[in-house]
Amino acid sequence: MKYVDEFRDPAKARTLAREIRGLLATIERAHDRPLQIMEVCGGHTHSIFRYGIQQLLPDSVEFVHGPGCPVCVLPMGRVDDCVALAERPEVIFTTFGDAMRVPGSKKSLLKAKAEGADVRMVYSPLDALKLARAHRDREVIFFGLGFETTMPSTALTVLQAKAENIRNFSLFCNHITIIPTIKAILDSPDLQLDGFLGPGHVSMVIGTRPFDFIAAHYRKPITIAGFEPLDVLQSVWMVLKQIAEGRCEVENQYGRIVAESGNAAALDAIQEVFELREFFEWRGLGSIDHSGVRVREAFAEFDAERRFAMPNLKIADPKACQCGEVLKGVIKPHQCKLFGSACTPETPLGSLMVSSEGACAAYYQYGRIDTSGLKKKIAA
Amino acid sequence: MNDRANVVLLTPRRRASLRDTHVTLAHGSGGRAMRNLIEDVFLAAFDNPLLSPLEDQAVLPLAELAAHGDRLAFATDTYVVSPLFFRGGDIGTLAVAGTVNDLAVAGARPLFLSCGVVLEEGLPVETLRRVVASMRRVAAEAGVHIVTGDTKVVERGAADKLFINTAGIGVVPKAVMISAGNARPGDAVIVNGTLGDHGTAILIARAQLALEADVASDCRPLGGLVAAMLDACPDIHCLRDATRGGVATVLNEFAASSQVAIRIDEAALPLREDVKGACEILGLDPLYLANEGKLVAIVPPEAAPRVLAAMRAHPAGRDAAVIGEVGEEPRGIVVLRTGFGGERIVDMLVGEQLPRIC
Repeated sequence: MKYVDEFRDPAKARTLAREIRGLLATIERAHDRPLQIMEVCGGHTHSIFRYGIQQLLPDSVEFVHGPGCPVCVLPMGRVDDCVALAERPEVIFTTFGDAMRVPGSKKSLLKAKAEGADVRMVYSPLDALKLARAHRDREVIFFGLGFETTMPSTALTVLQAKAENIRNFSLFCNHITIIPTIKAILDSPDLQLDGFLGPGHVSMVIGTRPFDFIAAHYRKPITIAGFEPLDVLQSVWMVLKQIAEGRCEVENQYGRIVAESGNAAALDAIQEVFELREFFEWRGLGSIDHSGVRVREAFAEFDAERRFAMPNLKIADPKACQCGEVLKGVIKPHQCKLFGSACTPETPLGSLMVSSEGACAAYYQYGRIDTSGLKKKIAA
Repeated sequence: MNDRANVVLLTPRRRASLRDTHVTLAHGSGGRAMRNLIEDVFLAAFDNPLLSPLEDQAVLPLAELAAHGDRLAFATDTYVVSPLFFRGGDIGTLAVAGTVNDLAVAGARPLFLSCGVVLEEGLPVETLRRVVASMRRVAAEAGVHIVTGDTKVVERGAADKLFINTAGIGVVPKAVMISAGNARPGDAVIVNGTLGDHGTAILIARAQLALEADVASDCRPLGGLVAAMLDACPDIHCLRDATRGGVATVLNEFAASSQVAIRIDEAALPLREDVKGACEILGLDPLYLANEGKLVAIVPPEAAPRVLAAMRAHPAGRDAAVIGEVGEEPRGIVVLRTGFGGERIVDMLVGEQLPRIC
């Protein structure tokens, strides 16, 4: 496939892997313990597992799978709110597909649908708006989910609804923002990270400047990375290069998509429709200040939270779940007591087991065999 | 008009004709309306000596069956696809090809099918005729006869337009022993063409996506292809059609039943460019997408070139390819060598494949 295969070239991958091994040899720190690089975004986690990227790398560098899977960090109480909305007889509840399986305290949206709720999978918020136009007698609610990547399309949909004066459309806003969360992780006392792969598609919207504090204040190198396997490998190389040269900067590997200042039109739409919440609850990480957005007063008529009563309860994560430690890279997924026993993709307890971008599901699906043997074979 | 009516009265064996434009509850009531529907729609299309007496059962001659082999293969499947029509096929082509293929992958020669339909009140008769015409065409292509059937009509809303069940009987030739448990280390893994076409065609036909691509379902009967493969190598170890759950699911079934490892090469998978593109956009894996005219075969390594050549010489196997091989460890696991040079496990799917958010 043109413009895709070029970024999956195995010969270039081998060259890059060789370069990375060479760099690692010059980094003294990497001799004592593996360097830990956190990929913030779930899209990277997906690529790393799908293409077997970790196996191309030596043991002295490893990935920590960060909090950037919006489905995975959704707290149970919010899923319960979704279910409560979906179960109202007048409501058509629309959602992205992979949010359907996320467990609430009693059930998932998939289960609510089986029990009779009108839950429909859409591919874009505009599809939800289309449903609202077609079903004037129903209330169509869109489950807005995701980081700055999906925020602009939701914002534009709300603007469109307002322009057309569509009264039976509203948004259940669960959009979250990545920067405060990275900051929370960096402030965590048990942190051992050596560098970051920055989220490429979030950066396409917000630009690279919001990440400056990571380098300036926390002294960690970060590379904004693309999602094809060669993008990921090259970005690892760039982070290691910074470490080897003692630099801490924000570098942009994904220049073909990401501009330093981001996308002004997208940012304007976000700014017009959304405002920061005081705090937002994250699964596994707890409450993080200013990490979520809500619909502004001016668009109150399109805000499901204002229009419908919801349980709005805070449900604690299951006690034995160690999603937080996994998210922060303190433990690996398979080191969690529940991994593969009580918590599996069939019966996920923690949300990291739910989405294919979740670290635990990815480990379970792609990584259960001992990969050390494979690694030797590929290196040889 | 009077003359014609008289002719009908005087020749009672002449088939009844159906004037209704839509299916009503009367068509399922057992009376004249139902008879008209059966004769004018089903019998007119499927006509054969075993069906035309319209008894409550078809009576199959054992001698004819025994001439083909020493064991019967018997399979059933129910078809509820929505929408009814899509590029490359419809529920009728599926209903015949699907059950024929379930028989064929046992190495059986498919011979007879039943056809049970559940019709929703209000279904346009024209729609039913189109579907039945497809069934007739695919049955002829597959060399099977539809010899018995049943019609039910349910109230509007109690079914979605049209459901079809077909059961089929085929005969397995002596010495053919195909089973998911027969894979041996060293064996070659072969597919007969491009993967995921049907699943993609259905996704596009559902029109939920603003995606346009010229992908047609691969729906077709595979009895002829399997016969050609068995001619080339009577000792095919495993054979299964890769319908729901796709090739990944079939390979997992083989690996688990045979307690072997199966390694496949991403670069060797036959994939249409537009299927690849659709999967790329939606975050789907073509290995899990449904096919309706694709099978996975596991054959002894020395027979692989022969089988492959026989497949490529057949219209249903033109794009056949060896996609991997059977190994010993890790047992029960399917491993994919990525085009990028890494490896990953290809597991059974949990639930439905859901598109990723971003």
